Amino acid sequence: MNFKMKATLAGAAAALAMASVPGTAMARDTISIVGSSTVYPFATVVAERFGRTGNATPKIESTGSGGGMKLFCQGVGTQHPDITNASRRMKKSEFELCQSNGVKDITEVKVGYDGIVIANSVKGEHIDLSLRDIFLALAKDVPNPDGSEELVANPYKTWKDVNPALPNTEIEVLGPPPTSGTRDAFNELAIEGGCKTFPWLKAIKSEDKSKYKAICRSVREDGVYVEAGENDNLIVQKLEKNPAAYGVFGYSFLDQNRGVVQAANVDGVEPTFEAIGSGDYPVSRSLFFYVKKAHVGVVPGIEGYVKEFTSEKAWGDQGYLGEKGLIPLGDDLRKSMAKQARSLKSMTGEEL
Amino acid sequence: MSETTEKVRKTLARRYRAEKRFKAFGIGSIGIGLMALVLLFTDIIGKGHSAFFEYEVQLPITFDAEVLDVSDPRDEDELNYGNYQGVIRDALAERFPTVEGRQDTRALNQLVSTGAGYALRDMLREDPSLLGETRTLWLLADDDVDLFLKASEKQREDSRLNTKQQQWVAELEASGETRMVFNQSLFSYGDSREPEQAGILGAILGSLFTMIVTLVLSFPVGVAAAIYLEEFAPKNKFTDFIEVNINNLAAVPSIIFGLLGLAVIIGLFGLPRSVPLVGGIVLTLMTLPTIIISSRAAIKAVPPSIRQAAMGLGASKMQVVLHHVLPLALPGMLTGAIIGMAQALGETAPLLMIGMVAFIVDLPAGPLDAATVLPVQIYLWADSPEQSFEALASAAIMVLLAFLITMNTLAVVLRKRLERRW
Repeated sequence: MNFKMKATLAGAAAALAMASVPGTAMARDTISIVGSSTVYPFATVVAERFGRTGNATPKIESTGSGGGMKLFCQGVGTQHPDITNASRRMKKSEFELCQSNGVKDITEVKVGYDGIVIANSVKGEHIDLSLRDIFLALAKDVPNPDGSEELVANPYKTWKDVNPALPNTEIEVLGPPPTSGTRDAFNELAIEGGCKTFPWLKAIKSEDKSKYKAICRSVREDGVYVEAGENDNLIVQKLEKNPAAYGVFGYSFLDQNRGVVQAANVDGVEPTFEAIGSGDYPVSRSLFFYVKKAHVGVVPGIEGYVKEFTSEKAWGDQGYLGEKGLIPLGDDLRKSMAKQARSLKSMTGEEL
Repeated sequence: MSETTEKVRKTLARRYRAEKRFKAFGIGSIGIGLMALVLLFTDIIGKGHSAFFEYEVQLPITFDAEVLDVSDPRDEDELNYGNYQGVIRDALAERFPTVEGRQDTRALNQLVSTGAGYALRDMLREDPSLLGETRTLWLLADDDVDLFLKASEKQREDSRLNTKQQQWVAELEASGETRMVFNQSLFSYGDSREPEQAGILGAILGSLFTMIVTLVLSFPVGVAAAIYLEEFAPKNKFTDFIEVNINNLAAVPSIIFGLLGLAVIIGLFGLPRSVPLVGGIVLTLMTLPTIIISSRAAIKAVPPSIRQAAMGLGASKMQVVLHHVLPLALPGMLTGAIIGMAQALGETAPLLMIGMVAFIVDLPAGPLDAATVLPVQIYLWADSPEQSFEALASAAIMVLLAFLITMNTLAVVLRKRLERRW
């Protein structure tokens, strides 16, 4: 008897829990943010500070740039996120998806830069790479070393083979898998950057764009480039254990692990705060977030969060985001961007 | 000697050897298992034990109304926007009067956690009469200072602190102005991006709400299904089909349930993302097969004589089941449920799809508040750039393991205590 009653009670409780949730969207008083795992460490700091000043702390999911866009563009209504972070600009196709789902007014905010570094253990040798070295060491097919204009499967085994000035150690690079935004940026900026230094490869671009991409954005698959998962900490740990290996990851991880790893110079430029911000360091990208204007006023605090993010004490030269490794925009750009963000200027779609 | 004895004698030594080998293999396998366990525990405890303690720095703090820009500490708004960092900055400047220049002052201010300011705010809220007073207080140190103080002499060279900062901290340490205390914030706060302020209470509460939802949904449904299938259902092709499917369901990768949750529970029913209610429903789907299978085994173990005796005394089928079979099978069912719950407690993959892998600072107050769970918190911390999070992640693993061990022990104790043998 006893059990029967308990079972009925439990069943009723479960039914009640289900019924108390309306089928449609519920009002939400917490900002919901999705998107890039690269922007996540910065957005979370802003969210936390914002929450400490008497607001509900925004909830931030790390879904990746593409996943975030998909969620963000699903529609208007509190079951959809209010803001999405991205480690690249919104694509035209994503903007159109947003439009077709009724997400008409979107404000774009560029928040700063992130550099991608190639680093090794401090116990290893500090090296100076050119983009061409990176391309030759890591691309799947490279120009024939004898100088003829044909592609051969990457024959290079040691850094010295690539460039006589480099150490005579085997090439071993740990980096992110293809699902990562960091990998996309690395392929585009570093490998393609090196590819472009061969005029006859660059010429392919105007003839056959997809063939050009296949050559210039491919990474070798013969075990020299090791996909180490999305976890950059793991890469740092592995570098510490193996001083001969190099790793590819974001600047913020370099910044937090100064005593453990050192970054290689690329094209003679050391990846420093200043060099990435000024654009001198070639492997850097911009970080963004996008605000759904239709939710402003519906979900409380969105304006406040944007204001906190774009305040000088956050993203300024001496701001707390800088301490976390975000590289700030230039002074003028920052000022105009802050203005644009706070007035929630809508994108037209033309700028993409 | 007969032919058979001869034969036996010939092979006897070989058979003994085979037995010895077999035993050695068995001991070897157990040894490997134990070694893996020992390795796991030494690694986790070695990395995580330091996270249970944290360093504080002693500073004389003056609650100066002007610096704070707070005239009335009872006004919540004014209190929230007070310049607490300013008071700490002044105290540090007083302690190290020789520090000059923008860069150095900045470096000096980095020694104290940003969380210390909020602690001052809370003190002022508690006791408004502090305004204008000076108190010598222990303030939370920054995570880099904490790491530096915990590090050995040799490791200190690799510290993120610059040489000046190292000198200042060493000076504070030498004069007894630093101390190590139990890391209370670990058990009283939610997540944070500052390692020294991060806690697992939010994740523990999230896990708790998720588990309550899972238990409330999966146990009654699982037990009812098991009873029907064992006691009432006719044996035919259809019930065979159901049985095969339940067994299959137990082998489905959990991420699939997450996808289902995303499509149906969030997509179709419009429940919010990231809440324990949705997490609980998804984990229910995952736990149900385990509970049904173990409950059926428990019911099968009740001897038929008990049913026959009850029937003989005139009980209806329903009475037989509810009065006799169920109470006798309950310990087995509970064991199955606890093991199923322990499994669900350690699950992350399905929660990824429904948005519970998120940065959530505020403590959840119920199953409809956004929350994360313990294993997800571990994953998030292990993926954070700050070095101190590595220790925190290991500490959180220790807490999760403690929960799992408790639950499994409970299952064993229940079985030992309540189980009946015939």
